[in-house]
Amino acid sequence: MSWLLDQPWSLWAIILPLAAALGAFLAPRQAPRIGMAAALAIFATVLGAILQVHGRGPQFHALGGWEAPLGIALRTDGLSLMLLAATALVGLVVSWYALGYFSGTVHGAEKREYFWPLWLFLWGACNALAVSGDLFNLYVTLELVTLASVALTALGGGAAALSAAMRYLLSGLVGSLCYLLGVALIYGAHGTVDLALLAQLVSDDGLSRAALALMVTGLLLKTALFPLHFWLPPAHSMAPAPVSALLSALVVKTSYLILLRLWFEVFPTVVTPGMGQLLGILGAGAILWGSFMALRQERLKLLVAYSTVAQLGYLFLVFPLAQGEALTGAWTGVVFFVLAHACGKAAMFLVAGTIYHTAGHDRIAYLAGAGGPLGVQVVVFALAAVTIIGLPPSGGFMAKWLLLNAAIAGGQWWYLVVMALGSLLAGAYVLRVLSWAFLDVRRTFYPTLPWTLRWPPLALSLVALLLGLLAFVPVHLVLTDAPVSAAVRLEVRP
Amino acid sequence: MNLDALLLLAILSSSLIPGLVIFGLPEERHRLRTLLNLAGAFVKLSLVGVLFLGVYSGHEYAFRLPLLPGLDLVLHADALSLLFIVLSAFLWFVTTVYAVGYLEGAPNRSRFFGFFSLCVSATTGIALAGDLVTFVIFYEMLTISTFPLVVHRGTPEALRAGRIYLAYTLSGGVVLLVATAWLRVLAGPLDFVPGGFLAGLDAALYPTLQFLFGLLMVALGVKSALVPLHSWLPTAMVAPAPVSALLHAVAVVKAGAFGIARVVYDVYGIGFALQLGVLLPLAALAAVTIVYGSVRALFQDDLKRRLAFSTVSQVAYIVLGVAIAGPLATIGGLVHLVHQGMMKITLFFCAGNLAETLGIHKISEMAGVGRRMPWTMAAFTLGALGMIGVPPMVGFISKWYLALGGLEAGQSWVVVLLVVSTLLNAAYFLPILYTAWFGHQHQSWPHEHLGDEHRETTWALLLPPLITAALVVLLGVFASAPLSPLQWVQLIAAREYGP
Repeated sequence: MSWLLDQPWSLWAIILPLAAALGAFLAPRQAPRIGMAAALAIFATVLGAILQVHGRGPQFHALGGWEAPLGIALRTDGLSLMLLAATALVGLVVSWYALGYFSGTVHGAEKREYFWPLWLFLWGACNALAVSGDLFNLYVTLELVTLASVALTALGGGAAALSAAMRYLLSGLVGSLCYLLGVALIYGAHGTVDLALLAQLVSDDGLSRAALALMVTGLLLKTALFPLHFWLPPAHSMAPAPVSALLSALVVKTSYLILLRLWFEVFPTVVTPGMGQLLGILGAGAILWGSFMALRQERLKLLVAYSTVAQLGYLFLVFPLAQGEALTGAWTGVVFFVLAHACGKAAMFLVAGTIYHTAGHDRIAYLAGAGGPLGVQVVVFALAAVTIIGLPPSGGFMAKWLLLNAAIAGGQWWYLVVMALGSLLAGAYVLRVLSWAFLDVRRTFYPTLPWTLRWPPLALSLVALLLGLLAFVPVHLVLTDAPVSAAVRLEVRP
Repeated sequence: MNLDALLLLAILSSSLIPGLVIFGLPEERHRLRTLLNLAGAFVKLSLVGVLFLGVYSGHEYAFRLPLLPGLDLVLHADALSLLFIVLSAFLWFVTTVYAVGYLEGAPNRSRFFGFFSLCVSATTGIALAGDLVTFVIFYEMLTISTFPLVVHRGTPEALRAGRIYLAYTLSGGVVLLVATAWLRVLAGPLDFVPGGFLAGLDAALYPTLQFLFGLLMVALGVKSALVPLHSWLPTAMVAPAPVSALLHAVAVVKAGAFGIARVVYDVYGIGFALQLGVLLPLAALAAVTIVYGSVRALFQDDLKRRLAFSTVSQVAYIVLGVAIAGPLATIGGLVHLVHQGMMKITLFFCAGNLAETLGIHKISEMAGVGRRMPWTMAAFTLGALGMIGVPPMVGFISKWYLALGGLEAGQSWVVVLLVVSTLLNAAYFLPILYTAWFGHQHQSWPHEHLGDEHRETTWALLLPPLITAALVVLLGVFASAPLSPLQWVQLIAAREYGP
C-alpha cells in the first residue's frame, strides 16, 4: 500500500487533465469519452492526494529535482487540498452533466468540440494553481485559468455572450497586470518569488506595501469583490450552464486562494487590521448588494450569478475576523466555505441550465405551476440553496457557524448583523423561485428530461446539503500546514 | 455504535425514510404511499414505546456525532424529550389517517406526504436534541419542511401566507443561531443539563446572559406565537386541515414552546434564570399573549381563524407555567404541552370535517350542524369544553396546576389571569356550541361533498377526532393513573427541582 502513498498525486492531478485536453483536441469526436474518463481518473488522483496528506502531512515536489529558488516547487497543503477537492468533485459532476447538455440539437457539435479541450485545460490550470508555491507560477496558472474561462464564456454564442466574454477578458487582463507589477516589485527587491522564502525576507516597508496593494487590487478584480464585480453577472449568466457552474464554483476561488496565500503567508508582517477591515467592509457590501440585486432579477441564471457576488463577500470576512483567538476559526470557516459554496452554487447553475434547456429561456415566471420533472428540478434547486442560505445541516451552515463564532469571539458584532441579513436575503431570493413553482397553474405540458440533465444536479445538491454532517474530516485537513496557529484552537473561550 | 444510539436513530429515520421514498413515488401509487405512511407511523410509535419504557426505568440514551472540532450532533432521550416525542408520534399516527382521508382525490399528494413526514422527522429531532446546536439544526429543518405544507394549495393567498410564515420563522431562526453561537463562545459546549449549566459563569457576564435570554425568547417566541410575534399563525390557516392540526398541536408552535422549556430548565436553569430576573418579563409576555389571543378570537367569524387565535392564547399557558418558578407551575405548564395538543388537534380535525363534508368555513354557517354531524360536533364539544377548563377534561388539570403554581410562587395575579382567560374562552367557544346544537338551519349547506345524507362523513375523517376527543376526557379522568402525562410531568418537575 505504501507505494500508493508515495506517488506524486498532485502532479498527476495536473498532468492528467492537460493530457486529456490535448487528446480531446486531437480527437474531437472522442472528446466526451476522453473527458469523462479523465474526470474519473482525476477524481481518483485527488482522492490519492487527500489520503497522502492525511497520512503523511503536507507534500512537496520539486519538478526535475531543482529546488527553489531556481526550480518549480509544488506544495500540497490543506488550502491546496480544499481547492483540489472542489475541482475534483464539481468537475466530475459537471463533466457528467456536460455529456447530456452538449449532446442535443440545441447545442451543436462544434460547441462540444470546443468545450471539452477548453474545460480540461481549465481543470489542469486550476489544479496547477492550487499546488503552486511561488508568485510567478501562481501568475502563470492564473492567466491560463482566465484565458480558458473567457474562451468558455464565449462558447455561449451570440452578441451578448461575446460582449460578456470581452468584458471578462479586459477586466481579467487589468487584474493580471496589477498582480504582475506587484510580483515584479517583489522580485526586484528580494530576488526570489518563492512563497516560503519571501515570508522570511519581506519586511514592513513602502515597497512591500506597494507590491501588496497592487497584487491585492488585481486579485480583487479577478475575484469580483464588490464593487469590482461588474463583469461577473453577465459572464456567468451568458455562458452555457456547465460553464457557468465551473466559473461560479471554481474559477473565482482560484484568485481568492492566491489572496489567502499572500495575506497569511507572505505579508503577515505588512498587513494591518485597518486593511483587513477595509476588505471586510467590501465583503459586507458584497453580501448585502449582491443579495439585494439577486432579489430583483427576473432571470434565473442572473439571480444565481448575483448570488455568487453575494456569497463571495463571506470569503472576505476572514481578513478582519482572523485575529487573535478567532484566527483558526475564521480561517477554517472560509476555506471550508470554498468547498461548500462550490457544490451548492454549481448545482444551482446546473438546475438553471436544465430549465433553460427545456424551456429555451430561464425566466423565473416560467416556473409557475412547475410540476412533473420540472417541479423536481425546483426542489433540487431548493436543496442546493440550503447551503447558500446557510441552513443546517449543509456545509454552508458549518462554514457560517465558524465565521459567526469568530465574529463573536473577536467582538466584531457588526459582522453578525451582516451575516444574519445575508442569510435572510438569500432565503428571500430562493423563496421567490420556490413560490412560482408552488403556484397552482394547470400545466398541460410536462417536458421530459434526459437523465444526464436530471441526476447530476441532484447528486451535487445532496452533497452540498449533507456536507455539514461530514465536516469533521475536511476541517481537520484544512488545518494541515495552515498559516494559522498549529494547534486546533476551535474551542474559543474568553 | 451501540443499541441505544441505534434506537434513537431508528426513531428519527422511521419518518425520514418513508418521507424520502414517498417523494420518489409516482402520483398514482396511492395504496403504496398510504401503506408506507402508516407503516412508518406505526414503527415510530412502537419504537417510541420501547424508548419510553427504557427511560421510565432510568436508562440513559445518547448518540454523539462530531461535526466540527468542538461541535457535536447530540441526540439524547430524557423525560422531557419523551413527553414531546410520545405526543408527536401518537398524533402523527392519528393525523396520517386523517390526512389520507382528507386528501383523497387531491393533486400533489406525493409532495404533501413527503414533506409531512419530513416535518414529523424534524419534530422528532427537536424532541431528541441533546444540546442547543442540535436543537437549532432540527428547528431550522422544521421551518423548511413546513413551508411546502403551508403553501400546498398553491393559491395566491396560500403563497402569501407561506411568505409571511417564512419571513417570521427564518428571521427567528437567524436570531436563534446568533444567540446560540454567542452562548457557545461564552459557555463552551451547550449540552442540556437538568438544572442548567450557566450558573457558574462570571458575574460580569450576567448582562450579556440576560440579553441572550431575550434573544432566545424572541427567536423561540416566533414559532410559539407569542404576541407580538404571532401574526403568521392566523395567516397560515389557509393550509389544509391536517397541516393546521399538526402545526397547532404538535409541530411548529409546540417546537417553540418546547424550546422555551429547554432553555429555561436545561440551559439557564430555573434558579439561575430567577436570579437573573428574566422570568418575570417572560411571564408578563405570556400573560399578555393569553389575554390578547382570546380577545382577538372573540371577533373571528372564520372558524379556523378563531381556533388559531385560541392557539396563540393556549400555547402561552405553557410559557406561563415555565416562567413561574415553582414545581406546581412547571407541572401545569408542561402537562399543557400534551393537553393542549390533544384538545386542539380534535378541534382542527372537526373544523376540517365541517369544511370537507359540508363546505362550512364560518361560524355563522354552523347553525344546526349538530344534527347533521352529531359525532363530529360531539368531539368538537369535548375539545371546546376542555379548552374552557371544565372538569373532568384535561384543560381543567392544566389550569388547576397553573393556578396552584401561581399561588405557591406568591404570584396571585396568575389566578386572576386564569379566571379572565377562562371567561374569555367560554365567551368564544360557547356561542359556537350553541349555534351548532341549538341553532336552526336557515339555508342549505354551502358546499356539500358527500352525496349520502345518512352518512356523517368518511371513517378516515371521523375516527381521528373521536379518538383524540376520548383522550381529552380519559386523560383528565385518569390523570393520576401511572404513566399518565400528569404523572410523567411530576417526574420531570421532581428531577428539575431536585431534593
